[in-house]
Amino acid sequence: MRPHRQPPLLTLVHACAALLAAGSLAVTLYSGLEERRVALAFGVLVTVGELARRNDAQVREPAPLGAAAALSYALLGEAGGRATHHGPAQVVAVVLAASLLGSVPHVARGQGPTLDHLARRVLTVGFVAVCFQPPYNRGMFDDWGGPAYALLLLALLSLTALCDAVLAAALAHSRTGWPFGPVLRDELRALYGIGSAVIATGAVMALAVAVVGLWALPVFSVPLLLAQMSFRRYAAVRATYRQTIASLARATEVAGYTPCGHARRVAALSQAVGRDLGLTEPELAVLEYAALMHDIGQLSLVDPVPAGATAGLPAAEQRRIALLGGAVVRQTGVDEAVAVVVERQADPYAEQPLAARIVRAVNAYEEKSREGGPGGPLTALEELRLATAGEYAPEVVESLARVLARSSLTLPLAG
Amino acid sequence: MEAVPARVRTYVACVAVAALLCLLPLPGIRTPWWAVALLAALYAGCERVARSRFVGISHPAGTFYPVLLAGAFLLPAPAAALVAVPGALLSQVEHRPVALRRIWRAAQLVLGVWAAARTHWLLGGRDAVAAGDVPYALGPAGAAVLVFCLVLAVLDGGILAVAERVPVRRAWRGLVARSLAPIAVHGLAGLMMAVLWRSPYGPVAALLVLLPMCVSWWAFAQYHRERAAHQATIRALVQAVDIKDGYTRGHSERVGQASMMIARELGMDDERVEVLRFAGILHDVGKLGVPTRLLRKNGPLTPEERRVIELHPEYGHEMVRGIGFLGEARAAVLHHHERLDGSGYPYGLVGRQIPESARVVAVADAFDAMTSNRCYSRARPVPVALAELERCAGSQFDPVMVAALVEAVGRTGWRPAVTADDIEDTEGAQDVRPPRVPPPGAPVSSPPGAHR
Repeated sequence: MRPHRQPPLLTLVHACAALLAAGSLAVTLYSGLEERRVALAFGVLVTVGELARRNDAQVREPAPLGAAAALSYALLGEAGGRATHHGPAQVVAVVLAASLLGSVPHVARGQGPTLDHLARRVLTVGFVAVCFQPPYNRGMFDDWGGPAYALLLLALLSLTALCDAVLAAALAHSRTGWPFGPVLRDELRALYGIGSAVIATGAVMALAVAVVGLWALPVFSVPLLLAQMSFRRYAAVRATYRQTIASLARATEVAGYTPCGHARRVAALSQAVGRDLGLTEPELAVLEYAALMHDIGQLSLVDPVPAGATAGLPAAEQRRIALLGGAVVRQTGVDEAVAVVVERQADPYAEQPLAARIVRAVNAYEEKSREGGPGGPLTALEELRLATAGEYAPEVVESLARVLARSSLTLPLAG
Repeated sequence: MEAVPARVRTYVACVAVAALLCLLPLPGIRTPWWAVALLAALYAGCERVARSRFVGISHPAGTFYPVLLAGAFLLPAPAAALVAVPGALLSQVEHRPVALRRIWRAAQLVLGVWAAARTHWLLGGRDAVAAGDVPYALGPAGAAVLVFCLVLAVLDGGILAVAERVPVRRAWRGLVARSLAPIAVHGLAGLMMAVLWRSPYGPVAALLVLLPMCVSWWAFAQYHRERAAHQATIRALVQAVDIKDGYTRGHSERVGQASMMIARELGMDDERVEVLRFAGILHDVGKLGVPTRLLRKNGPLTPEERRVIELHPEYGHEMVRGIGFLGEARAAVLHHHERLDGSGYPYGLVGRQIPESARVVAVADAFDAMTSNRCYSRARPVPVALAELERCAGSQFDPVMVAALVEAVGRTGWRPAVTADDIEDTEGAQDVRPPRVPPPGAPVSSPPGAHR
């Protein structure tokens, strides 16, 4: 593959982050560190948080402890009853140095944090510190009461989290070409989970260090570490579940009903089309499971369909197989919605839910393009376009065409 | 309130009276009543949300203690104990008798919190909390958590001993060890709440501590739900094989159970025992790939047909090799028809070449095949089946595994479990179920392992 040119937005974000980091480092080196013990303690915590990072696409915030510690350092105004004097430049410099230090083992293992992640960390921490430290150091919050001050920190962090979600969605959008709205919605939804825990811990740590001093750091990290562990186990069991479903889907391939890798390819392409059409994450999960198991009804056939190609069968037969498949899926205890999609995959598109439309069109495309030989993909797309009158939903076929154009019509071959 | 023995009611009544005695000094004490009310409402709300959100699942981590323990670190003992009462009395209870269970829960928590608060106060923890002296405050708080845990464990063990007639020592074994770690984390969160509550930032900041706890609690519940769904899927997958195969119901589950017994007897660690259970459950999953017509065929098989059926271990391995958590179970699926003397299939491995997991599953498989009804043979009694296994040990089966099974069955007996969903599914699958009674012409005895 030839190297892609980086989208301008990515370059802009990275440049901003680099500029901020370089400026902060220069200012800090020039003026020296204030309150070294505090800076060291927070730096150690950020490093530990980074060390505990697990690089996993399933987890949206891979290093929650690092994020919370960085945010609370940006919001720190007092430590153990004495006021602190560090400015935004020092906050960014300490967090950056600690993050880099903590990611050394990950980089050594070849799975370091992405540049996007570091850029986001630097920008969000810089934003919080710039909003909070200068007014605080000038004494603007001195006459605020305790509870009001706590609420102020919380509000500031919530605002930051919103901005961060927008930034993350914009980065994902410009990198992958997925529509912006649904990506932003997924980012915002993730705030309910680990995101809210990070915000709360960031605010609470800043307050607790003000009250009891640096001892608060290890004590207040425990609940967040627990949350991180729970989320990790949740993600692990979800991954295992996916493996099981994918293996179950291979039953038709093993039995020789469908060609090797067909279910996997339909699932991958359906996911891409689903993203392009703006499905949410839960809907995408249902779509993936349904696409993996869409041929499972063929297991109940006494005589296999030639090459497992159902798209060429009479409509009544297609629907019979779909119903058989739905019955099998229902028995496996997978989410009810998956069974519905599998059942309805052969209906005329006007009566189908969106996920079933996608599975139907993608399955037909996969079968036809395989039969067609070298020029298959283009002919298959043309055939699908011609059949949009009744069988395939026009918007799905158009989205499929967009997705295929984006990946230059190179689908993974059988394997 | 049906069929609650009098001794249980007496025991609960005694505990309730003790709890009331703890609450007795309430009217005389000076305490910030708004704090008591706020904490009580918070606790009741947490309980309510937690239990209504996960309907049908009782939360695996038990009750949500940080609020209660924060109360114990902040308030005088009777007032702290009062915090638990509304939440416990209003909590949802899944099983009958509802009223008795609510009273029990309330009384138990009152005693636990009272003892914890008392300990904390005696050790001077309250002043440490008020001064925000954290390294020192950890000591009294730790002692209070320990006492809380002990009181709950003693009362729980007591009710087990009284209601279920479990011997006292067995009832108490492991109770403290199991609950200490989660309660300690809850205690830490409670301590943070208490410190922030007494700080200038007040209850607002204290409530923020609960958020990470709630989030991790939610994720933990999701984890358990997803895990249960996953296991249900695997079980359903296996039932699909059983239905397709049609010669016996529940064979896979029983082989899983027998494999687990052998693995335990061999002293394997829990994780490996679990993997071997899955190996037993999934050993025939490759039959999904064999034409139904062949599996259901009643008469003798032609050599050609037999070869097709003998492909099922390879089919099965092809299916499960992508499932990471199965580990060595995947080898068991591929090799469970190998024999020690090399006459098995698919590869004709000899002796130690056969993976250990496959040797375990082979014995379990043959044992269940002999002790359950087949269309070609009637079930044999367990001792006869074991004797037959011992006869074939060395040539067909690994003697170590056979000896382990004989030992395990001799100690605990062989009671294959029938779960509720098995029964439910049997009804659903009536049309494809094979007749239980073997056909008249079927041979009465066949060598073990001659089953397909």
